[in-house]
Amino acid sequence: MDANSSEVGAQLPARPVLEGPDIARMLTRIAHEIVERAKGADDVVLLGIPTRGVFLARRLAAKLQDITGRTVPVGSLDITMYRDDLRLGPARTLARTEIPAEGIEGRVVLLVDDVLFSGRTIRAALDALGDIGRPRAVQLAVLVDRGHRELPIRADYVGKNLPTSLREAVKVQLTEEDGRDAVLLGLKQTTPAGER
Amino acid sequence: MKRHLISAADLTRDDAVLILDTAEEMARVADRPIKKLPTLRGRTVCNLFFEDSTRTRISFEAAEKRLSADVINFAAKGSSVSKGESLKDTAQTLEAMGVDAVVIRHGASGAPYRLANSGWIDAPVINAGDGTHQHPTQALLDAFTMRRRLIGPDAGIGQDLAGRRITIVGDVLHSRVARSNVDLLHTLGAEVTLVAPPTLVPVGVETWPCEVSYDLDSVLPKSDAVMMLRVQRERMNAAFFPTEREYSRRYGLDGDRMARMPGHALVMHPGPMVRGMEITAEVADSGRCTAVEQVANGVSIRMAVLYLLLGGNEPAVTNPRTEEK
Repeated sequence: MDANSSEVGAQLPARPVLEGPDIARMLTRIAHEIVERAKGADDVVLLGIPTRGVFLARRLAAKLQDITGRTVPVGSLDITMYRDDLRLGPARTLARTEIPAEGIEGRVVLLVDDVLFSGRTIRAALDALGDIGRPRAVQLAVLVDRGHRELPIRADYVGKNLPTSLREAVKVQLTEEDGRDAVLLGLKQTTPAGER
Repeated sequence: MKRHLISAADLTRDDAVLILDTAEEMARVADRPIKKLPTLRGRTVCNLFFEDSTRTRISFEAAEKRLSADVINFAAKGSSVSKGESLKDTAQTLEAMGVDAVVIRHGASGAPYRLANSGWIDAPVINAGDGTHQHPTQALLDAFTMRRRLIGPDAGIGQDLAGRRITIVGDVLHSRVARSNVDLLHTLGAEVTLVAPPTLVPVGVETWPCEVSYDLDSVLPKSDAVMMLRVQRERMNAAFFPTEREYSRRYGLDGDRMARMPGHALVMHPGPMVRGMEITAEVADSGRCTAVEQVANGVSIRMAVLYLLLGGNEPAVTNPRTEEK
Protein backbone atom coordinates (compact mmCIF):
# COMPACT_ATOMS: atom_id res chain seq x y z
CA MET A 1 0.00 0.00 0.00
CA ASP A 2 1.30 3.45 -0.84
CA ALA A 3 2.60 5.59 1.98
CA ASN A 4 0.53 8.75 2.31
CA SER A 5 1.02 9.16 6.02
CA SER A 6 1.68 12.88 5.81
CA GLU A 7 -1.82 13.93 6.98
CA VAL A 8 -1.74 11.66 10.01
CA GLY A 9 1.03 13.79 11.47
CA ALA A 10 4.62 13.29 12.49
CA GLN A 11 3.74 12.06 15.99
CA LEU A 12 2.16 8.85 14.79
CA PRO A 13 3.72 7.77 11.51
CA ALA A 14 0.78 5.56 10.61
CA ARG A 15 -0.10 4.21 7.20
CA PRO A 16 -3.61 3.21 6.21
CA VAL A 17 -3.90 -0.52 5.65
CA LEU A 18 -7.64 -0.42 4.98
CA GLU A 19 -9.69 2.36 3.40
CA GLY A 20 -13.39 3.24 3.44
CA PRO A 21 -14.53 0.85 0.65
CA ASP A 22 -12.60 -2.05 2.25
CA ILE A 23 -14.38 -1.45 5.55
CA ALA A 24 -17.77 -1.26 3.87
CA ARG A 25 -17.16 -4.55 2.02
CA MET A 26 -16.00 -6.28 5.20
CA LEU A 27 -19.10 -5.18 7.10
CA THR A 28 -21.34 -6.40 4.28
CA ARG A 29 -19.59 -9.76 4.34
CA ILE A 30 -19.89 -10.04 8.13
CA ALA A 31 -23.60 -9.18 7.93
CA HIS A 32 -24.14 -12.03 5.43
CA GLU A 33 -22.17 -14.42 7.62
CA ILE A 34 -24.33 -13.48 10.61
CA VAL A 35 -27.54 -14.14 8.70
CA GLU A 36 -26.18 -17.45 7.46
CA ARG A 37 -24.90 -18.69 10.78
CA ALA A 38 -27.74 -17.36 12.94
CA LYS A 39 -30.29 -18.76 10.46
CA GLY A 40 -32.00 -15.51 9.63
CA ALA A 41 -30.73 -13.49 12.60
CA ASP A 42 -34.22 -13.07 14.06
CA ASP A 43 -33.14 -13.16 17.72
CA VAL A 44 -29.82 -11.32 17.34
CA VAL A 45 -29.10 -8.23 19.44
CA LEU A 46 -26.08 -6.13 18.50
CA LEU A 47 -24.15 -4.49 21.31
CA GLY A 48 -21.29 -2.20 20.36
CA ILE A 49 -18.43 -1.50 22.76
CA PRO A 50 -17.79 2.28 23.00
CA THR A 51 -16.58 4.25 21.27
CA ARG A 52 -16.10 2.87 17.78
CA GLY A 53 -17.73 -0.51 18.33
CA VAL A 54 -21.04 1.34 18.74
CA PHE A 55 -20.79 2.91 15.27
CA LEU A 56 -19.79 -0.43 13.75
CA ALA A 57 -22.75 -2.12 15.48
CA ARG A 58 -25.13 0.50 14.02
CA ARG A 59 -23.69 0.01 10.53
CA LEU A 60 -23.98 -3.75 10.85
CA ALA A 61 -27.57 -3.42 12.05
CA ALA A 62 -28.43 -1.33 8.98
CA LYS A 63 -26.88 -3.93 6.70
CA LEU A 64 -28.69 -6.76 8.48
CA GLN A 65 -31.92 -4.86 8.01
CA ASP A 66 -31.23 -4.54 4.27
CA ILE A 67 -30.67 -8.29 4.02
CA THR A 68 -33.45 -9.61 6.26
CA GLY A 69 -35.99 -6.80 5.97
CA ARG A 70 -36.41 -6.75 9.75
CA THR A 71 -35.11 -4.22 12.25
CA VAL A 72 -32.30 -5.59 14.36
CA PRO A 73 -32.03 -4.24 17.94
CA VAL A 74 -28.78 -2.40 18.49
CA GLY A 75 -27.29 -0.90 21.65
CA SER A 76 -24.05 -0.21 23.44
CA LEU A 77 -22.21 -1.82 26.34
CA ASP A 78 -19.70 0.22 28.32
CA ILE A 79 -17.12 -1.96 30.00
CA THR A 80 -15.15 0.69 31.90
CA MET A 81 -16.28 -0.35 35.35
CA TYR A 82 -15.48 -4.02 34.61
CA ARG A 83 -11.91 -3.45 33.39
CA ASP A 84 -9.10 -5.32 35.13
CA ASP A 85 -6.71 -2.38 34.79
CA LEU A 86 -8.87 0.28 36.50
CA ARG A 87 -6.42 0.58 39.39
CA LEU A 88 -3.49 1.19 37.04
CA GLY A 89 -4.47 4.77 36.22
CA PRO A 90 -6.76 7.65 37.19
CA ALA A 91 -10.49 6.92 37.23
CA ARG A 92 -11.73 6.74 33.66
CA THR A 93 -14.66 8.57 32.12
CA LEU A 94 -17.67 6.33 31.60
CA ALA A 95 -19.44 5.80 28.30
CA ARG A 96 -23.08 5.00 27.64
CA THR A 97 -24.63 1.57 28.14
CA GLU A 98 -27.84 1.32 26.18
CA ILE A 99 -29.60 -2.03 26.23
CA PRO A 100 -32.36 -2.24 23.57
CA ALA A 101 -35.93 -2.44 24.90
CA GLU A 102 -36.16 -6.09 23.76
CA GLY A 103 -33.51 -6.98 26.35
CA ILE A 104 -30.89 -9.70 25.98
CA GLU A 105 -32.63 -12.49 27.88
CA GLY A 106 -32.61 -15.68 25.77
CA ARG A 107 -31.30 -13.89 22.69
CA VAL A 108 -28.08 -14.13 20.73
CA VAL A 109 -25.94 -11.17 21.75
CA LEU A 110 -23.39 -10.14 19.18
CA LEU A 111 -20.66 -7.99 20.70
CA VAL A 112 -19.08 -5.61 18.21
CA ASP A 113 -15.69 -3.92 18.64
CA ASP A 114 -13.15 -2.30 16.37
CA VAL A 115 -9.89 -4.05 17.30
CA LEU A 116 -9.39 -7.41 19.02
CA PHE A 117 -6.04 -7.39 20.81
CA SER A 118 -5.37 -8.81 24.30
CA GLY A 119 -8.98 -9.99 24.73
CA ARG A 120 -9.28 -8.18 28.06
CA THR A 121 -11.97 -5.80 26.81
CA ILE A 122 -14.09 -8.76 25.73
CA ARG A 123 -13.52 -10.48 29.09
CA ALA A 124 -14.83 -7.32 30.76
CA ALA A 125 -17.76 -7.20 28.34
CA LEU A 126 -18.74 -10.78 29.21
CA ASP A 127 -18.74 -9.85 32.91
CA ALA A 128 -20.84 -6.76 32.19
CA LEU A 129 -23.34 -8.85 30.20
CA GLY A 130 -23.68 -11.29 33.09
CA ASP A 131 -25.01 -8.46 35.28
CA ILE A 132 -27.60 -7.47 32.70
CA GLY A 133 -29.13 -10.80 31.79
CA ARG A 134 -28.62 -14.30 30.42
CA PRO A 135 -28.33 -14.41 26.64
CA ARG A 136 -28.82 -17.70 24.78
CA ALA A 137 -25.39 -17.21 23.25
CA VAL A 138 -22.76 -14.50 23.00
CA GLN A 139 -20.76 -13.98 19.83
CA LEU A 140 -18.08 -11.52 18.85
CA ALA A 141 -17.57 -9.52 15.68
CA VAL A 142 -14.48 -7.34 15.20
CA LEU A 143 -13.25 -5.24 12.33
CA VAL A 144 -9.59 -6.07 12.89
CA ASP A 145 -7.97 -8.95 14.75
CA ARG A 146 -4.37 -7.96 15.45
CA GLY A 147 -3.39 -11.02 17.49
CA HIS A 148 -1.41 -11.10 20.78
CA ARG A 149 -4.21 -12.58 22.87
CA GLU A 150 -3.67 -12.70 26.63
CA LEU A 151 -6.89 -14.60 27.37
CA PRO A 152 -8.62 -17.60 25.74
CA ILE A 153 -10.95 -15.48 23.60
CA ARG A 154 -11.59 -15.55 19.85
CA ALA A 155 -13.85 -13.71 17.46
CA ASP A 156 -16.70 -15.36 15.54
CA TYR A 157 -16.67 -12.78 12.76
CA VAL A 158 -13.48 -10.99 11.71
CA GLY A 159 -13.22 -8.22 9.14
CA LYS A 160 -9.52 -8.66 8.64
CA ASN A 161 -6.74 -10.56 10.36
CA LEU A 162 -3.88 -8.10 10.66
CA PRO A 163 -0.64 -9.65 11.90
CA THR A 164 1.19 -7.01 13.96
CA SER A 165 4.14 -6.68 16.24
CA LEU A 166 3.68 -5.48 19.81
CA ARG A 167 5.56 -2.29 18.97
CA GLU A 168 2.90 -1.37 16.46
CA ALA A 169 -0.40 0.42 17.10
CA VAL A 170 -3.61 -0.22 15.19
CA LYS A 171 -6.04 2.69 14.96
CA VAL A 172 -9.51 2.43 13.47
CA GLN A 173 -11.02 5.66 12.20
CA LEU A 174 -14.72 5.93 11.47
CA THR A 175 -16.60 8.77 9.80
CA GLU A 176 -18.93 9.24 12.79
CA GLU A 177 -16.02 9.97 15.14
CA ASP A 178 -12.96 10.79 13.05
CA GLY A 179 -14.39 12.19 9.82
CA ARG A 180 -13.19 9.32 7.62
CA ASP A 181 -13.10 5.53 7.43
CA ALA A 182 -9.67 3.91 7.67
CA VAL A 183 -7.57 1.43 9.58
CA LEU A 184 -4.11 2.82 10.35
CA LEU A 185 -1.03 0.87 11.30
CA GLY A 186 1.82 2.77 12.94
CA LEU A 187 4.43 2.60 15.63
CA LYS A 188 3.25 2.74 19.21
CA GLN A 189 3.76 6.07 20.95
CA THR A 190 5.90 5.38 23.97
CA THR A 191 5.59 8.72 25.77
CA PRO A 192 2.07 8.90 27.25
CA ALA A 193 1.52 6.70 30.30
CA GLY A 194 -2.21 6.42 29.75
CA GLU A 195 -2.08 4.43 26.52
CA ARG A 196 -4.99 2.11 25.84
CA MET B 1 -10.14 16.62 40.64
CA LYS B 2 -8.85 17.01 44.15
CA ARG B 3 -8.28 13.92 46.29
CA HIS B 4 -10.87 14.92 48.90
CA LEU B 5 -14.36 16.35 48.50
CA ILE B 6 -14.66 18.84 51.34
CA SER B 7 -16.42 21.81 49.78
CA ALA B 8 -18.46 22.39 46.65
CA ALA B 9 -16.12 25.33 46.02
CA ASP B 10 -13.25 22.86 45.45
CA LEU B 11 -14.84 21.69 42.21
CA THR B 12 -14.08 23.31 38.88
CA ARG B 13 -16.77 23.54 36.25
CA ASP B 14 -15.25 20.55 34.42
CA ASP B 15 -15.05 18.50 37.64
CA ALA B 16 -18.70 19.20 38.38
CA VAL B 17 -19.88 18.40 34.85
CA LEU B 18 -17.85 15.16 34.90
CA ILE B 19 -19.53 14.14 38.16
CA LEU B 20 -22.98 14.91 36.75
CA ASP B 21 -22.24 13.01 33.52
CA THR B 22 -20.91 10.02 35.47
CA ALA B 23 -23.99 10.09 37.71
CA GLU B 24 -26.16 9.93 34.58
CA GLU B 25 -24.53 6.60 33.68
CA MET B 26 -24.75 5.41 37.30
CA ALA B 27 -28.49 6.18 37.29
CA ARG B 28 -28.95 3.55 34.59
CA VAL B 29 -27.64 0.83 36.90
CA ALA B 30 -30.74 1.39 39.06
CA ASP B 31 -32.92 0.13 36.19
CA ARG B 32 -31.10 -3.19 35.92
CA PRO B 33 -32.12 -6.49 37.49
CA ILE B 34 -28.70 -6.69 39.20
CA LYS B 35 -28.03 -3.26 40.66
CA LYS B 36 -24.37 -3.85 41.28
CA LEU B 37 -21.04 -3.01 39.71
CA PRO B 38 -17.74 -4.70 40.64
CA THR B 39 -15.80 -1.44 40.45
CA LEU B 40 -14.82 -0.92 44.11
CA ARG B 41 -14.39 -4.58 45.03
CA GLY B 42 -11.91 -4.97 47.84
CA ARG B 43 -12.04 -1.30 48.85
CA THR B 44 -13.23 -0.42 52.32
CA VAL B 45 -15.26 2.73 52.89
CA CYS B 46 -16.04 3.96 56.39
CA ASN B 47 -19.16 6.03 57.03
CA LEU B 48 -18.27 8.15 60.02
CA PHE B 49 -21.42 9.82 61.29
CA PHE B 50 -21.04 12.08 64.31
CA GLU B 51 -24.43 13.66 63.64
CA ASP B 52 -27.85 12.14 62.97
CA SER B 53 -28.78 11.43 59.40
CA THR B 54 -31.15 9.10 57.62
CA ARG B 55 -31.17 10.15 53.99
CA THR B 56 -27.49 10.88 53.52
CA ARG B 57 -26.20 7.86 55.42
CA ILE B 58 -28.51 5.39 53.68
CA SER B 59 -27.77 7.03 50.35
CA PHE B 60 -24.00 6.74 50.81
CA GLU B 61 -24.36 3.16 52.02
CA ALA B 62 -26.49 2.21 49.01
CA ALA B 63 -23.99 3.86 46.66
CA GLU B 64 -21.04 2.08 48.29
CA LYS B 65 -22.79 -1.29 48.15
CA ARG B 66 -23.84 -0.87 44.53
CA LEU B 67 -20.17 -0.35 43.70
CA SER B 68 -19.26 -3.50 45.71
CA ALA B 69 -17.19 -1.66 48.33
CA ASP B 70 -16.93 -3.08 51.85
CA VAL B 71 -18.82 -0.75 54.17
CA ILE B 72 -18.07 0.03 57.81
CA ASN B 73 -20.71 2.11 59.57
CA PHE B 74 -19.43 4.09 62.51
CA ALA B 75 -22.05 6.01 64.48
CA ALA B 76 -20.09 8.09 66.94
CA LYS B 77 -23.16 9.41 68.68
CA GLY B 78 -22.82 10.50 72.29
CA SER B 79 -19.03 10.55 72.41
CA SER B 80 -17.94 12.31 75.57
CA VAL B 81 -14.36 12.90 74.48
CA SER B 82 -13.58 16.42 73.32
CA LYS B 83 -13.95 16.83 69.58
CA GLY B 84 -10.37 17.28 68.46
CA GLU B 85 -9.10 14.31 70.43
CA SER B 86 -11.89 11.96 69.53
CA LEU B 87 -11.60 12.75 65.84
CA LYS B 88 -7.87 12.13 65.93
CA ASP B 89 -8.26 8.85 67.80
CA THR B 90 -10.98 7.68 65.47
CA ALA B 91 -8.95 8.65 62.43
CA GLN B 92 -5.92 6.73 63.67
CA THR B 93 -8.08 3.68 64.36
CA LEU B 94 -9.45 3.81 60.83
CA GLU B 95 -5.99 4.29 59.38
CA ALA B 96 -4.77 1.24 61.32
CA MET B 97 -7.68 -0.80 59.94
CA GLY B 98 -6.73 0.26 56.45
CA VAL B 99 -9.83 2.02 55.17
CA ASP B 100 -9.64 3.35 51.62
CA ALA B 101 -12.04 6.27 52.05
CA VAL B 102 -13.90 8.06 54.82
CA VAL B 103 -17.34 9.60 54.49
CA ILE B 104 -17.80 11.97 57.39
CA ARG B 105 -20.69 13.93 58.82
CA HIS B 106 -19.90 16.10 61.81
CA GLY B 107 -21.73 18.78 63.78
CA ALA B 108 -18.66 20.99 63.81
CA SER B 109 -17.92 23.04 60.71
CA GLY B 110 -14.47 22.17 59.41
CA ALA B 111 -14.18 18.68 60.92
CA PRO B 112 -13.83 16.97 57.49
CA TYR B 113 -11.20 19.53 56.47
CA ARG B 114 -9.26 18.82 59.66
CA LEU B 115 -9.49 15.08 59.01
CA ALA B 116 -8.29 15.45 55.44
CA ASN B 117 -5.41 17.83 56.14
CA SER B 118 -4.15 16.70 59.53
CA GLY B 119 -1.99 13.81 58.31
CA TRP B 120 -3.83 11.44 60.68
CA ILE B 121 -5.19 9.48 57.81
CA ASP B 122 -4.14 8.84 54.25
CA ALA B 123 -7.51 7.96 52.67
CA PRO B 124 -9.66 10.39 50.65
CA VAL B 125 -12.25 12.19 52.78
CA ILE B 126 -15.77 12.91 51.52
CA ASN B 127 -17.75 15.52 53.41
CA ALA B 128 -21.32 14.36 54.08
CA GLY B 129 -22.25 17.59 55.87
CA ASP B 130 -20.32 19.54 58.50
CA GLY B 131 -22.10 21.95 60.84
CA THR B 132 -23.32 24.99 58.95
CA HIS B 133 -20.40 24.83 56.48
CA GLN B 134 -20.80 22.52 53.46
CA HIS B 135 -22.68 19.52 52.08
CA PRO B 136 -21.16 19.09 48.62
CA THR B 137 -22.87 15.87 47.53
CA GLN B 138 -26.25 17.47 48.30
CA ALA B 139 -25.41 20.40 46.03
CA LEU B 140 -24.29 17.97 43.32
CA LEU B 141 -27.49 15.96 43.49
CA ASP B 142 -29.53 19.18 43.41
CA ALA B 143 -27.65 20.35 40.32
CA PHE B 144 -28.13 16.88 38.80
CA THR B 145 -31.89 17.06 39.44
CA MET B 146 -32.06 20.54 37.89
CA ARG B 147 -30.09 19.51 34.83
CA ARG B 148 -32.24 16.42 34.29
CA ARG B 149 -35.50 18.34 34.66
CA LEU B 150 -34.58 21.62 32.95
CA ILE B 151 -32.40 20.29 30.10
CA GLY B 152 -33.05 16.54 30.02
CA PRO B 153 -31.19 13.36 31.02
CA ASP B 154 -29.61 12.82 27.60
CA ALA B 155 -29.56 16.39 26.31
CA GLY B 156 -27.88 17.47 29.53
CA ILE B 157 -24.69 15.40 29.07
CA GLY B 158 -21.69 17.72 29.03
CA GLN B 159 -23.86 20.75 29.85
CA ASP B 160 -23.75 23.10 32.83
CA LEU B 161 -26.58 25.26 34.16
CA ALA B 162 -25.53 28.51 32.45
CA GLY B 163 -28.16 31.24 32.70
CA ARG B 164 -30.64 29.25 34.83
CA ARG B 165 -32.14 31.22 37.68
CA ILE B 166 -32.26 29.36 40.96
CA THR B 167 -33.93 30.71 44.10
CA ILE B 168 -33.05 29.34 47.53
CA VAL B 169 -35.62 30.18 50.21
CA GLY B 170 -35.54 29.90 53.98
CA ASP B 171 -33.06 29.37 56.77
CA VAL B 172 -29.91 30.26 54.85
CA LEU B 173 -28.08 31.16 58.07
CA HIS B 174 -27.96 27.58 59.36
CA SER B 175 -27.92 25.84 56.01
CA ARG B 176 -24.86 24.04 54.69
CA VAL B 177 -27.05 22.99 51.76
CA ALA B 178 -27.50 26.64 50.77
CA ARG B 179 -23.76 27.37 51.04
CA SER B 180 -22.80 24.37 48.92
CA ASN B 181 -25.49 25.14 46.38
CA VAL B 182 -24.43 28.79 46.01
CA ASP B 183 -20.83 27.69 45.35
CA LEU B 184 -21.66 24.89 42.93
CA LEU B 185 -24.45 26.65 41.04
CA HIS B 186 -22.21 29.68 40.57
CA THR B 187 -19.46 27.39 39.21
CA LEU B 188 -22.00 25.87 36.82
CA GLY B 189 -23.02 29.30 35.55
CA ALA B 190 -26.43 29.63 37.21
CA GLU B 191 -27.72 32.82 38.81
CA VAL B 192 -28.62 32.26 42.45
CA THR B 193 -30.95 34.40 44.56
CA LEU B 194 -31.29 33.82 48.29
CA VAL B 195 -34.62 34.73 49.88
CA ALA B 196 -34.92 34.82 53.66
CA PRO B 197 -35.97 37.06 56.53
CA PRO B 198 -33.06 39.44 57.29
CA THR B 199 -32.39 37.62 60.57
CA LEU B 200 -31.74 34.36 58.75
CA VAL B 201 -29.28 35.82 56.23
CA PRO B 202 -25.67 35.20 57.31
CA VAL B 203 -23.17 37.98 57.95
CA GLY B 204 -20.83 38.40 54.99
CA VAL B 205 -23.37 37.21 52.43
CA GLU B 206 -22.41 40.18 50.23
CA THR B 207 -19.16 38.35 49.40
CA TRP B 208 -21.06 35.27 48.14
CA PRO B 209 -21.59 34.96 44.38
CA CYS B 210 -25.37 35.47 44.60
CA GLU B 211 -28.19 38.00 45.04
CA VAL B 212 -30.21 38.42 48.23
CA SER B 213 -33.88 39.36 48.43
CA TYR B 214 -36.38 39.61 51.27
CA ASP B 215 -39.43 39.39 49.04
CA LEU B 216 -40.34 35.92 47.79
CA ASP B 217 -43.25 37.02 45.59
CA SER B 218 -41.12 39.31 43.42
CA VAL B 219 -38.51 36.59 42.78
CA LEU B 220 -40.82 33.64 42.04
CA PRO B 221 -41.91 34.61 38.49
CA LYS B 222 -38.25 34.79 37.40
CA SER B 223 -37.15 31.41 38.77
CA ASP B 224 -36.34 28.18 36.95
CA ALA B 225 -36.12 26.29 40.24
CA VAL B 226 -37.12 27.19 43.78
CA MET B 227 -35.36 25.36 46.58
CA MET B 228 -37.14 25.43 49.93
CA LEU B 229 -35.04 24.99 53.08
CA ARG B 230 -36.18 23.67 56.42
CA VAL B 231 -36.03 26.03 59.40
CA GLN B 232 -33.37 24.31 61.50
CA ARG B 233 -34.72 24.86 64.95
CA GLU B 234 -32.13 22.50 66.50
CA ARG B 235 -29.38 24.96 65.52
CA MET B 236 -31.26 28.08 66.67
CA ASN B 237 -30.26 29.78 69.89
CA ALA B 238 -32.43 32.89 69.54
CA ALA B 239 -35.77 34.06 68.19
CA PHE B 240 -35.17 34.76 64.50
CA PHE B 241 -38.81 35.47 63.57
CA PRO B 242 -41.93 36.35 65.59
CA THR B 243 -44.15 33.31 64.92
CA GLU B 244 -44.18 30.27 62.70
CA ARG B 245 -47.39 31.47 61.09
CA GLU B 246 -45.80 34.74 60.09
CA TYR B 247 -42.75 32.95 58.67
CA SER B 248 -44.97 30.55 56.81
CA ARG B 249 -47.11 33.35 55.37
CA ARG B 250 -44.15 35.35 54.08
CA TYR B 251 -41.62 32.66 53.16
CA GLY B 252 -43.62 29.45 52.83
CA LEU B 253 -44.50 28.00 49.43
CA ASP B 254 -48.20 27.30 48.93
CA GLY B 255 -50.35 26.54 45.91
CA ASP B 256 -51.01 30.22 45.10
CA ARG B 257 -47.32 31.08 45.12
CA MET B 258 -46.46 28.00 43.05
CA ALA B 259 -48.99 29.15 40.43
CA ARG B 260 -46.97 32.34 40.03
CA MET B 261 -43.85 30.41 39.04
CA PRO B 262 -43.12 29.80 35.35
CA GLY B 263 -44.72 26.60 34.01
CA HIS B 264 -41.43 24.71 33.69
CA ALA B 265 -40.06 25.71 37.11
CA LEU B 266 -39.29 23.07 39.74
CA VAL B 267 -39.90 23.03 43.47
CA MET B 268 -37.00 21.41 45.29
CA HIS B 269 -36.44 20.42 48.89
CA PRO B 270 -33.36 18.73 50.38
CA GLY B 271 -35.49 17.13 53.12
CA PRO B 272 -36.63 16.58 55.74
CA MET B 273 -39.73 18.63 54.87
CA VAL B 274 -41.87 20.25 57.51
CA ARG B 275 -45.27 20.32 55.84
CA GLY B 276 -47.27 23.41 56.72
CA MET B 277 -44.14 25.38 57.64
CA GLU B 278 -41.91 26.12 54.62
CA ILE B 279 -44.00 24.08 52.17
CA THR B 280 -47.67 23.09 52.07
CA ALA B 281 -48.77 19.51 51.49
CA GLU B 282 -50.39 20.63 48.22
CA VAL B 283 -47.01 21.78 46.85
CA ALA B 284 -45.01 18.90 48.36
CA ASP B 285 -47.27 16.32 46.69
CA SER B 286 -47.50 18.08 43.32
CA GLY B 287 -45.69 16.79 40.26
CA ARG B 288 -43.43 19.83 40.27
CA CYS B 289 -41.86 18.96 43.62
CA THR B 290 -38.72 16.89 43.12
CA ALA B 291 -38.04 15.93 46.76
CA VAL B 292 -38.36 12.17 46.16
CA GLU B 293 -36.47 12.35 42.86
CA GLN B 294 -33.65 14.15 44.68
CA VAL B 295 -33.27 11.20 47.05
CA ALA B 296 -33.02 8.75 44.14
CA ASN B 297 -30.56 11.02 42.36
CA GLY B 298 -28.50 11.20 45.56
CA VAL B 299 -27.49 7.55 45.21
CA SER B 300 -26.35 8.10 41.61
CA ILE B 301 -24.36 11.20 42.53
CA ARG B 302 -22.64 9.46 45.45
CA MET B 303 -21.79 6.48 43.24
CA ALA B 304 -20.25 8.92 40.76
CA VAL B 305 -18.19 10.71 43.43
CA LEU B 306 -16.98 7.42 44.96
CA TYR B 307 -16.09 6.03 41.54
CA LEU B 308 -14.23 9.14 40.41
CA LEU B 309 -12.27 9.42 43.69
CA LEU B 310 -11.62 5.71 44.33
CA GLY B 311 -12.08 3.89 41.00
CA GLY B 312 -8.52 4.42 39.81
CA ASN B 313 -5.19 4.78 41.55
CA GLU B 314 -5.77 8.53 41.68
CA PRO B 315 -8.80 10.81 41.22
CA ALA B 316 -10.21 11.25 37.74
CA VAL B 317 -8.37 13.74 35.57
CA THR B 318 -10.78 16.27 34.20
CA ASN B 319 -10.75 16.52 30.51
CA PRO B 320 -9.06 19.78 29.56
CA ARG B 321 -11.27 19.84 26.45
CA THR B 322 -13.57 22.65 27.51
CA GLU B 323 -16.18 23.84 25.12
CA GLU B 324 -15.27 27.10 23.44
CA LYS B 325 -18.07 29.57 23.46
